[in-house]
Amino acid sequence: MSSVRRGLHVNLKLIKMNTRSLVSISDLSKQEITHLLDVASKFDHNPNQRLLEGRVVATLFFEPSTRTRLSFETAANRLGARVIGFSDASTSSQAKGETLKDTIMMVSNYADLIVMRHPLEGAARYASEISPVPIINAGDGANQHPTQTMLDLYTIRQTQGTLENLNITMVGDLKYGRTVHSLLEAMQFFNPTFNFVACKELQMPEQYKQFCRERGLAYHETTDFGPDIINQTDILYMTRVQRERFSDLMEYERVKNVYTLTASMLQGAKPTMRVLHPLPRVTEIAQDVDDTPWAYYFEQARNGLYARQALICRALDIQVP
Amino acid sequence: MKKKELAVAALENGTVIDHIPSSSLFKVVNLLQLEKLTGSVTIGNNLDSNRLGKKGIIKIADVEFPEDVINRIAVIAPHAVINIIHDYEVVKKHEVQLPDELNNIVRCNNPKCISNNEPMPTRFHVENRDPIVLRCHHCERTVAQSEIQLK
Repeated sequence: MSSVRRGLHVNLKLIKMNTRSLVSISDLSKQEITHLLDVASKFDHNPNQRLLEGRVVATLFFEPSTRTRLSFETAANRLGARVIGFSDASTSSQAKGETLKDTIMMVSNYADLIVMRHPLEGAARYASEISPVPIINAGDGANQHPTQTMLDLYTIRQTQGTLENLNITMVGDLKYGRTVHSLLEAMQFFNPTFNFVACKELQMPEQYKQFCRERGLAYHETTDFGPDIINQTDILYMTRVQRERFSDLMEYERVKNVYTLTASMLQGAKPTMRVLHPLPRVTEIAQDVDDTPWAYYFEQARNGLYARQALICRALDIQVP
Repeated sequence: MKKKELAVAALENGTVIDHIPSSSLFKVVNLLQLEKLTGSVTIGNNLDSNRLGKKGIIKIADVEFPEDVINRIAVIAPHAVINIIHDYEVVKKHEVQLPDELNNIVRCNNPKCISNNEPMPTRFHVENRDPIVLRCHHCERTVAQSEIQLK
């Protein structure tokens, strides 16, 4: 009994310690999301604001992710913070067998904020419970990557002028793709209509379809990727179909080409429609799409900077003028 | 007709846990750490039961468990019945109730969950009670009733 009581006591203490961490997109309310997008927009207009002068941001990348790390470090630098950290666990003391807890406790002695990517699912949630400084999750295994979702939302609002009542088509790997799952969860506040386009092996998992049904969000599921779907779409969210997801490589070769977007498929698309992709892309968006007015994935990646600046300021409770 | 006998002796004071599925009996013993008790503990298994077919029963003399401790067994014996005995009389009888949250009782089935790779307590939220569905607080994966493994 005493251990149960002690557990409760510790949990209460932890909840008090740290409420500004961001682990999962579901930690944010609609109002918070909208406010953060407004803040990101301020950084879009003026990214160099030295609001973090004298602060130290740690970027702990227990698995490599160059794109995400550079985006976070640029965000911190443009805010005037100093950055410490590592980009590969083999160069950290984790390679010597140190626990995550010890690494977090040690780094929290030095830094005001910890940005972490970890290959294990739940690592960021656990870190946020033990750390005296806020944690921002930069990806924990196949689980969550909330800053990607924030930049997706920012890009959607930027291109459509609103997040409300949009037709969002998700294509490719809907089974394992955490970006589509988090985006779906975040869009619940904005009355979207979803189209889920994937082969049988990579369809949207039942738990997310149930999530839509419980909240009255309309969705259509299809294996056909063509003009019928594209022409009614506001946001075409493409994802990479990964070879390692298939036990049958013949099937992979077939599917890979079925879910490839080419410029010729876009002829009847709405002029305001935009193609997004979390990147890196391989073959699922043909190079000829890059030169069309619908392509927006490189601008989307740049928005990651502004979204992360906004989230860093939220974590440190800094008002952005 | 054979005369009905008590399979195990009656208890003067203490707790009787009845209607435990036979397959869960020894898990309940472990969960409540009955091996650490010094008083008399009577364990019966594979007894005939109208409800369960075969059931297990545990009689623990002179011990009453706090609600939050006894309710932990609901995760493996959802319909177990707790009888509190005073002076050979049942003074309180109720089915166990699964708490909303399980702290350090269940193991996460996801090998890539941080809780399987770090010396730390697990934490699960009860998403559904019948059938039981648990959600890992850390990796957010769900565990179905048939997949529940104790720590």
